Parts: sequence; C-alpha cells; structure tokens
Amino acid sequence: MSARLYWRKTVSNLMLTMTGVCAFVSVAILFLILGYLVYNGGTSINWAFFTQLPKPVGEVGGGMANAIVGSAKLLLAASVFGVPIGFLGGIYLAEFSGAKVASVVRYAADLLNGVPSIVIGIFAYSLAVKPFRQFSTLAGAFALGMMMIPITLRSTEEFLGAVPRMLREGAMALGASKWKTISTVIVPAAYRGILTAILLALARVAGETAPLLFTALGNRYWSPGWNQPTASLPVMIYNYANSAYEDWHRQAWAAGLVLLGLILIINILARTILSRGIAVPRS
Amino acid sequence: MPGAGSVAGSRSFLSKLRDGDEIARLITFLFAATVVLITILLVYELWVNSALPRHKFGLHFFVTQVWDPVMDEYGALPFMYGTVVTSVVALLIAVPLGIGASIFLAELAPPRISDTLQFFIDLLAAVPSVIYGVLGIFIVVPLMRTGIYSGLNKPFGFLPIFKGPSYGVGFLTAGIVLAIMVIPYIISVSREVLLSVPRDQREAALALGSTRWESTWKVVVPFAKTGIMGSIFLALARALGETMAVTMVIGNSPKISASLFAPGYSIAAVIANEFTEATGELYTQSLIALGLVLFILTFVLNGLARLLIVLTTQKGSGKGNQ
Amino acid sequence: MKRTTVLLAAVLAFGILLWAENALLINGAGATFPSPIYSKWFDVYQQKNANIHFNYQSVGSGAGIKQTTDGTVDFGASDMPLTDEQLSAYQAKRGSALLHFPTVLGAVVPTYNVQGVSAALNFTPDALAGIFLGKITKWNDAAIAKANKGVNLPAQDIVVIHRSDGSGTTFIWTDYLSKVSDEWKNKVSKATSVNWPVGLGGKSNEGVTGLVKQTPYSIGYVELTYAVQNNIPYGTVKNSSGNFVKADLASVTAAAAAAANVMPDDFRVSITNAPGKTAYPIASFTWLLIPAKIQEAGKRDAIKSFLKWMLEDGQAYNEQLTYAKLPKEVVAKELKAISKVQ
Repeated sequence: MSARLYWRKTVSNLMLTMTGVCAFVSVAILFLILGYLVYNGGTSINWAFFTQLPKPVGEVGGGMANAIVGSAKLLLAASVFGVPIGFLGGIYLAEFSGAKVASVVRYAADLLNGVPSIVIGIFAYSLAVKPFRQFSTLAGAFALGMMMIPITLRSTEEFLGAVPRMLREGAMALGASKWKTISTVIVPAAYRGILTAILLALARVAGETAPLLFTALGNRYWSPGWNQPTASLPVMIYNYANSAYEDWHRQAWAAGLVLLGLILIINILARTILSRGIAVPRS
Repeated sequence: MPGAGSVAGSRSFLSKLRDGDEIARLITFLFAATVVLITILLVYELWVNSALPRHKFGLHFFVTQVWDPVMDEYGALPFMYGTVVTSVVALLIAVPLGIGASIFLAELAPPRISDTLQFFIDLLAAVPSVIYGVLGIFIVVPLMRTGIYSGLNKPFGFLPIFKGPSYGVGFLTAGIVLAIMVIPYIISVSREVLLSVPRDQREAALALGSTRWESTWKVVVPFAKTGIMGSIFLALARALGETMAVTMVIGNSPKISASLFAPGYSIAAVIANEFTEATGELYTQSLIALGLVLFILTFVLNGLARLLIVLTTQKGSGKGNQ
Repeated sequence: MKRTTVLLAAVLAFGILLWAENALLINGAGATFPSPIYSKWFDVYQQKNANIHFNYQSVGSGAGIKQTTDGTVDFGASDMPLTDEQLSAYQAKRGSALLHFPTVLGAVVPTYNVQGVSAALNFTPDALAGIFLGKITKWNDAAIAKANKGVNLPAQDIVVIHRSDGSGTTFIWTDYLSKVSDEWKNKVSKATSVNWPVGLGGKSNEGVTGLVKQTPYSIGYVELTYAVQNNIPYGTVKNSSGNFVKADLASVTAAAAAAANVMPDDFRVSITNAPGKTAYPIASFTWLLIPAKIQEAGKRDAIKSFLKWMLEDGQAYNEQLTYAKLPKEVVAKELKAISKVQ
C-alpha cells in the first residue's frame, strides 16, 4: 500500500470516528441533563411537592401543587382552543380546498409556527389580557393554543393525505357522502398520526415560559375557574432558579425533573403510537 | 369538486346540505380561515403597536446604542448585536458538531442504531427552554468563570473577543447554551437530506477509489449542501427567538462589547424582562418594535431555510443527474 | 367507548376541583423589596380569613405601577411613589385617584462578594457613586480603601450588579445616589429603570442576591432582608452626619423619624440621605397602591379590612423579617385614610 493511500485511509478512519464522537456527544447531552435533574431534584420530589402550596418567601418547604394543576389547566384549555382549529383546518386542506387556498393557509401556519414565543406573548397580552384587564388562565391558554395550531394543522393534512385511495374509493362506492367518508373512514384511518401530532404539539407548549409571563402571570394559591391568574410549572422554575434561596433551587430542580419527565413521556408515547400505526412519511 | 356530488350530477344545494357536505366544507373552511386570520392579526398588531418609535426614530432606531427609559430614548442596536452574536457563537459550535453527528447517523450507523440515536436527538429538541436556562445557571456559568475562561483567556487573551474579565454570564455562555439547543435541528434535518442523496452518487465515488470519508465529504455532503444550509438557517431562526435560556445567562446589560466574556442583551430577553413594566407609550411600543424586528428576522430565515431544504430533497429525488 | 368514559371522568374531576375553590381571589403585583413581609402577611391573613386569598406577585415596582394603571390587577405595590405624571395618567385611564399606603420601612444595602472579606466594609457616598458609574473599577481603589483601613482589599475588578427589571429598589438606590452625587444626577438620574453605565442585570431582588452570591468580587444593591436571609455580607454607608451606619431596625427607624411628623396627606415622601446621627441613608418607605374607587364590594371590603389589620396587627411581623415598623404618627394618619377607599 502506498504511503499516500495509507494516509488517506487514516484520515478517513479518523474523521469517521470523529463523526461518531459528535453523535455520541450530542446524545450524551440528553442524558447529562436528565442525570443532573435526577441527581439534584430527585430527592426533593416528595409528597409535599405534589400536594402543598408554596410557602411565604424565605421559608423552607412547601410545594408546587398549584403550579402542577395550573399547567394542566393551561394545557387542557390550550388544546380545546388550538386542536379543533388545527384539526378541522387540516381536514379542509386535505379534503375540500383548492390548491391556491391550501397554499395560503399552509403558508400562514408555517409563519405562525416560526414566530418566537415571546412575540406570541406580546400578541396574547394585547388581545387577551389588556382589553379584559385581567391576567388569566384563558389568556395563557390562548397563547399556548396558538402555538399548537400549526403542528396540528400540518400533521392532520399530511396524515389524511396519506390515507390510501382504496379506502376513499371503497367508501364512495358504497354511496357515502363526502363528509361521511371523512368522518367514518378517513379520519379513523389516520387517527394515529393525528394523535401523535397533538401529543407532540402538547409537549412543545408544555414547557413554554415566555408567553405565560405576560398572560397567566402567577398565583400563590389555587386559581379558581379560568379567569384568574394561575401558577404554572415553567414560570415557577424560572422564578425559583433565579433566586438565591437554596430551598427554592432544590424545588426548581424537582419541578424541572417533573416537567421534563412529563414532556419526554409524552414524546415517547407519541412516537411509539406512530411507529406502530400505519406507515406514513415523516415531515 | 370530486366526490359523490359530481357523480350524481347536479344535486340541489339542499340535498348536499342534508348530507352534511356543504356544512362540513363551510365549517372546516372557517377553521382554516381562522388560522390565516390569526396570523394576519398578529402581524397587524405588531405593526400598528410599534408606530410611535417608527415615527419618532425612523431608521435611527437600528443604529442607536442608547436604551434609556428615563430620557425616553430607545435604540435597537445593543439588542440586535447581542441576538446576532449569541446566535453566531451558537452556530459556530453547533454546526460542526451537528453535521458531524448527522454524517455518522446517515452514512455510518446501521439503520436501527441511526433511528434509535435520532430518537434521542428528537427528545433533546423537546427539552424546554427554561430547563436549559437552569442548567446554564448552575453548570455553564460556574464553568465559564473558571475552566473555560482560563482555557481561552490565558492563551488567546490578546484577541479582542477573549479580552477582559469573565463574569460567568455573558455572550459566550449564552452562545454555548444556545448551541446545545439548536444541535438537534441541525442533526435531524441534515440527516434527512443526507439520506435522500441517491445511492449512485456514493457508489460512483467509491468505485473510483475514494475512501469512505472522501466519498462522504467530497461527494455526498456537497450534493446535500443546500439542504444542510437550510438546516443551519432553521437552527439560526430558533436561536434568534430563544428567550428564557438566554435571559438567564446573558447578563442583561444593553451594552455592545467586543469581548465574548462581557455581559450583553438580546431582543427576546429585553422584551421578557421589561414588557410588563414599560410605562409610557413610547417605551412599550419600542419593545414591540423590537418584537417586530425579531419576527421579520425569523420569518425571512425560516422562509429561506424551507426553500433550501425543498430544493435539495427535490434534487435528490432524481430530477436530473448531476 | 372506554375513551369517552375516561374523558368524562377527567372533566368531572376537574369540575369538582374547581368548584371546591370558593375563595375570593384578589390579585396584586409589584415590588420585590417588601415581598418577604407581604407574602408573610397575606399568608397569616389568609389563615385568619380562610376565604380571602391575596395573590401577590413580586414582579418589580415598575410592573406593579404599570399593571395597576392598566387595571389588570386589583392593587399594586411600589417602592417608588408615583410621580404626578403617573398619577394623572392613572386618573385619565382608570377614572379615579390612586392612593398610596406605606406598609413598612426597609433599607437598601450594598452587598458584595469579596473573597477574604467577611466584615462589613465602609462605603462613602463617593465610593458608591464611583463604583456604579464605572469610574472606580478595582476593589483596592483608594476611595474604598481609605474608609476601610486594616482590611485587605484585593486588586480585583469590581463586578457591578444591578436590576434588569423595573425596580423600586433601583429607584431608592438611584434616588440616594442622585442626592449625593451631581454627576450621577445628571448622567443617570433616578427611576425604576435607568441607563446603567456598567454592570450585569439580575431579575428582582432575588436575582441580584443570587448573582452576587455566585459572582466573585461582585457588588450589588438589595433590600436588607434578602442580604440577611441569604447570609451575604453587606456594608455600612456614611450618612449625612458623617457616620458610617449599618442598616438595621434602629437606623432605619431613625431615618424615618424626621419625615414622620411632616408626612404629606398622600404619603409620598423620600427619606434617603435623611438627617440624623444614627439614620441609615438608604432607607425608604414602601407603598401599597390602592385605587380610590373599587367596584366590587367584596374586594373593596377585603382590601380595607386587610389594610386595617396590616396597620394594627401586621406590623408585629415586621421586625422578625428585618423591616422596621411604621412610625406611630404615620399609622394613625393611614388608618384615617382608609376611608378614602370607596
């Protein structure tokens, strides 16, 4: 083997090993994050964390029960707002619309998807907080719901479009009207993908902090109904981590672990559902 | 319009209505229209609510360094600087790592390992910003004060970018945290475009006697070049809009400094910190104007990214054999 | 149909949870300066009045003023009394006056993190102004050293830390600096948000405390309670009589002594650089911002009864959190002023 060839082969092996290192490092970061949170926050996850309200500033103890429920309410309301718009809009794009209208709607959705969450926060404040003179769970849900729309819309359109022609034509041959075909045949066939998309959209907004600062504010207590400010996990983490109290740091790590754990579980669930369902192209 | 309607010829509006088709069409159209409406409304609100600084400062807004709520004088320059610098630093770190990893995943790893690793990378993309911020405060900032600082300042301290003391927080810290946040985007998109490069390109190179690395680096990657550029733009767009992680580690100081160790500010961070307390129309609207700037930046980048990615995958799917 | 049953059960559970919360929720936002005592008070008050929840969000005086003016919260809190301009803006927007009610006396202290120095450093007004203007850059600068003979000050760069959010604590600090330094007054002036010549920004008193604690050779300004609660050293400041005074209950009370007798009817007053041999120069009242007209009778009564409780019983909690009690004259005047809330 000539010297030059030997050199080229060495370079090749070296560089390819380097790419492996890059991949390893990237994946390792995920486990580093998880490990750090488990190590620092794991011990603070106790019954009190899940059931107690926060204590006054500077006092040790208390929990984040109101933040957990608050986040749950926010996500529920956000889904109620964002999912129908995305889902039904996606049906329109896939089943009813012409090409031009479809491209306009798709463009708008992509634009909305790229808007930084802080700008969504500004928009939600001027539309849902200021005119009503009220920080509220609904305003927060409005902001989060807006962020769920693009993912839901695009995925619904994609998965509906991927349903085999056979199913559609079979239904029509049996005399079903368009809407009947959609509701009884096509949507059920694509439901796995759509469900996945909804879960992923949920996971994406579950961790959002910035829009909530301007809409849901925060709450020391339980938030009654939907029209009052509410505590939420991401905002609590932000406030506690920025402080100097050791106890608050521990609670921030614990909350971070709970939040991240929840998001990862939703993600894993979504992808498992998808992989076991009809094989459809990924976006 | 396809479907049972056209098969039956001209059915009356009422019979279509009874079947629910027209209603369904109408309702789903309304929802689709809502998406467009929301987007238009958002842009409109941003534009209208930032009118004051536009009239008062005009284009000067972009070159003024001062941000003075007392004197009611506002300029976007320190924030644009901070946003750009932190994003550039993030890319400088994330692009080599990301492309390297995507090459490994697309070219070397067997499909199952590649899919599994990609799965973990997707999970990394799902970690919320505030958690990156927390990790930034407790891990990166102390490191920056000690190890990273001495590693860079002692040998390279003569360079303006590495000059000066380290506070722990600053441009470099924010850049590092952002890098970790955008790596997944570079990896997943680059991996996709690399996978879409037709086999014959690789095989031709290998048949001509190139090593594995040479065929990858000199043939496959250039073929996918535009798509990879697209992934970088996507990552950049993400980095520009990042709020929480940045505001927790950038130092929140609206100053322009050459040194990467100095504290700075970004557009998203200043909006997050000052929006709910900006008293006075000019102050509030200047912040919204900053939001509009950010929006336009991300909008342009996302558009470019999408264009580049589409072009590459189209090329790869065999529209011509170059 | 199992899915629908699960969904229905979840909705039912939520419904029950929501229905169980029957309390009256009163939302307030503002200063972080008094946040420890306010959260204590509201907690104690809630234990005595189970169905009244005062939700206080410590987001900074600036946000407190803005949100009160926008009407998005029921009351505000600020360490900076509103300017005449801000008051007329409130009147124009909300159609009523905004009342100030002093609650506690507190102090803003210079807190620092200098290795090897755990004692209380002495700061002259010139030293503080010079440091925050960015003109004094090293810890062993003559301006600092000459007031601290015998202390081994290192030749390290000073890292200045200030607030990144709109802060009443900033107002108190810059108000003091404006009084003792003409250069500061002309260059930076006093407000809740200023154009800082140097330094890093931390969010809230909590954030500044955190940054100072973590950043070697840093100096910041925080409310006394935060320095005490987090065990970080804070320095003495030279007052107008020439004495180096450490912030504590006695010196803060002394700072308010002169103002107590001549308290204006709207309670807006600044007591920085107050006269008096033992007065701490960077002390201040902090105020609750209560609208003069409150529509909802339930909220109005709750707020009025809280104010009364705060003035009569609440003051007993101040000292254990290192806030000084309000002077007796001020308390008497305020109790009469409660009737202005309608």
